[in-house]
Amino acid sequence: MSDVNDLDGGMFGVKGTGDTSGYGGLVRTAVRPGSSQRPYGSYFDEVADELERAYPLFSDAIERVVVDRGELTLHIKRERLVEVAKILRDTPSLRFEYCLGVSGVHYPEEQGRELHAIYPLLSMTNNRRIRLEVSAPQSDPHIPSLVEVWAGNNWNERETFDMFGIIFDGHPALTRILMPDDWPGHPQRKDYPLGGIEVEYKGAVIPPPDQRRSYR
Amino acid sequence: MSTFNTTYDPYASSRETTEGTVYSVTGGDWDQIATEIGESKEERIVVNMGPQHPSTHGVLRLMLELEGETVTECRCGIGYLHTGIEKNCEFRTWTQGVTFVTRMDYLAPIFNETAYCLGVERLLGVTEDVPERATVIRVMMMEFNRISSHMVALGTGALELGALSPMLFAFREREKVLDIFEHISGLRMNMAYVRPGGVAQDLPDGSLAKIRETVKELRKNFKDNEKLLVGNSIWVKRTKDVGYLDLAGCTTLGVTGPVLRATGLPWDLRKTQPYCGYEDYQFDVVTANTSDTYGRFLIRMGELEQSLRIVEQCVAKLEKLEGAPVMVADKKIAWPAQLALGGDGLGNSLEHIRNIMGESMEALIHHFKLVTEGFRVPAGQVYTAVESPRGELGVHLVSDGGTRPYRVHFREPSFNNLQSTAAMVEGGQVADVVAAVASIDPVMGGVDR
Repeated sequence: MSDVNDLDGGMFGVKGTGDTSGYGGLVRTAVRPGSSQRPYGSYFDEVADELERAYPLFSDAIERVVVDRGELTLHIKRERLVEVAKILRDTPSLRFEYCLGVSGVHYPEEQGRELHAIYPLLSMTNNRRIRLEVSAPQSDPHIPSLVEVWAGNNWNERETFDMFGIIFDGHPALTRILMPDDWPGHPQRKDYPLGGIEVEYKGAVIPPPDQRRSYR
Repeated sequence: MSTFNTTYDPYASSRETTEGTVYSVTGGDWDQIATEIGESKEERIVVNMGPQHPSTHGVLRLMLELEGETVTECRCGIGYLHTGIEKNCEFRTWTQGVTFVTRMDYLAPIFNETAYCLGVERLLGVTEDVPERATVIRVMMMEFNRISSHMVALGTGALELGALSPMLFAFREREKVLDIFEHISGLRMNMAYVRPGGVAQDLPDGSLAKIRETVKELRKNFKDNEKLLVGNSIWVKRTKDVGYLDLAGCTTLGVTGPVLRATGLPWDLRKTQPYCGYEDYQFDVVTANTSDTYGRFLIRMGELEQSLRIVEQCVAKLEKLEGAPVMVADKKIAWPAQLALGGDGLGNSLEHIRNIMGESMEALIHHFKLVTEGFRVPAGQVYTAVESPRGELGVHLVSDGGTRPYRVHFREPSFNNLQSTAAMVEGGQVADVVAAVASIDPVMGGVDR
């Protein structure tokens, strides 16, 4: 997985020529936080130790561990997700009894792992939070459903399916929830346009938001 | 002379389908419908309640399967208020995002803004740099907002069960809180007052005196609703043991807020995972052990008083912090202008405009860059949560290092709590559906976003 987003050239959203600002030569790279090494700090080491003890396949299932801004993220292979979730919920020393939904993110530039599903977990017993991250390729957007582990994820997974087209295998009724049933496409994917119309004000025309200069 | 069919009722017609007879009831002659249904052999009735129904708290659609008066199955239909706020945020700067997220749960705008701003600040790494005065103002606004939100929950909840007077009192009190919001931010709802790095403007002159007076009035007036409802035998009969959901149910369905606290678990993020300096305030977490609608009602009543306590402590703190900044010192993040009230309403202060237009070219460039382009946020993701009136309001933010969010996701408590409707109402009476939904207090703006 590449940690570097595509190189942004220039100050504005215009690709190729068309940049009249004189800053076209500016190249800026954005690096997302990469894997962390032990010690992770805070209670994160303890969580990792406990999970390793309770789950023999730890090194196989966990692709990487990221500690960033005081938050722990476990990147998990999708085929191992349900196992890991059950252990996180049932092991007394972990006891993540709350799953706070699922949030999808679309990274079109990440070949083979375009769609991410992110599960924030909360343990009220131990007063801890961690986060699980799972990815799937856009060509095979399947991630196992966690409804059997946390029933409250039902609607959240439907929403993520609706918005990102991630198919949660094993979900009891994976249908659209916010958009109409016959809606084409998945609106929160990055290649789905925002839409909107241009607005005229005193002779000047303001383009819709997704066509304005973006200062990227 | 035309022959007008007097038996045809345009508001209460029926038609045959493969699934049975479908009646459209939008007012009109109920006796006729009841007779017709009474004659049919079918015992199972599917009733569609909403999305246009006065007791569904906005555009919530409930599909109820009834056997007589008993609900055998309940399904929710949502999405009627989906406005694509999360997607829209990806096309605006981080600061403009506040204006969008404040419109999600429209009864608790300050909570949406604060949760979002805490996320942006953590991404920027400036959490520690937010001035204390700004944090105290945020806490005060949040607690006032909790009062106004609970007032709608109590007032409309009572109204839906047929008690009209509590609604009048509740909205009278809410109005006083909205007056405070208007005085401080210029707006009564959707204020976009909390901004990344602090708040949009300092308190105007005379605010603290006005707040103190309002707190006194509210404390006195809360007693009116208390006298009307607490222990009222009709109210108790309508709400006691109705909409039951125990701790195991809450846990598995991801339910938080008053519904969770009604099971006896004192889980309140303000106490358990303090943010905005809540650890410095004296207040109690109100709980009940009945797991029912009446318990949730008592919790909301109790939280009103606790919020007033916190507001009073905020006022005492603000007195000491008079004149302190309300925005981070870092000029690369801080909004360049403070707002001021001019002859034509609230806007950029004239002093600031004089400076950028007449005195300093650099100030003008700085203002222009920050306002149109915005600030860059280092790449990464965060999840921040606050205790909103309805439970855990979580914000998942992803930045790719640009001037706009890469992804904004709100974990809305209304959305998750509404899932428990079926668990609460199935097996109960159809009249109790209204009470149960009111006790969840879903706000459809937050559910659908």
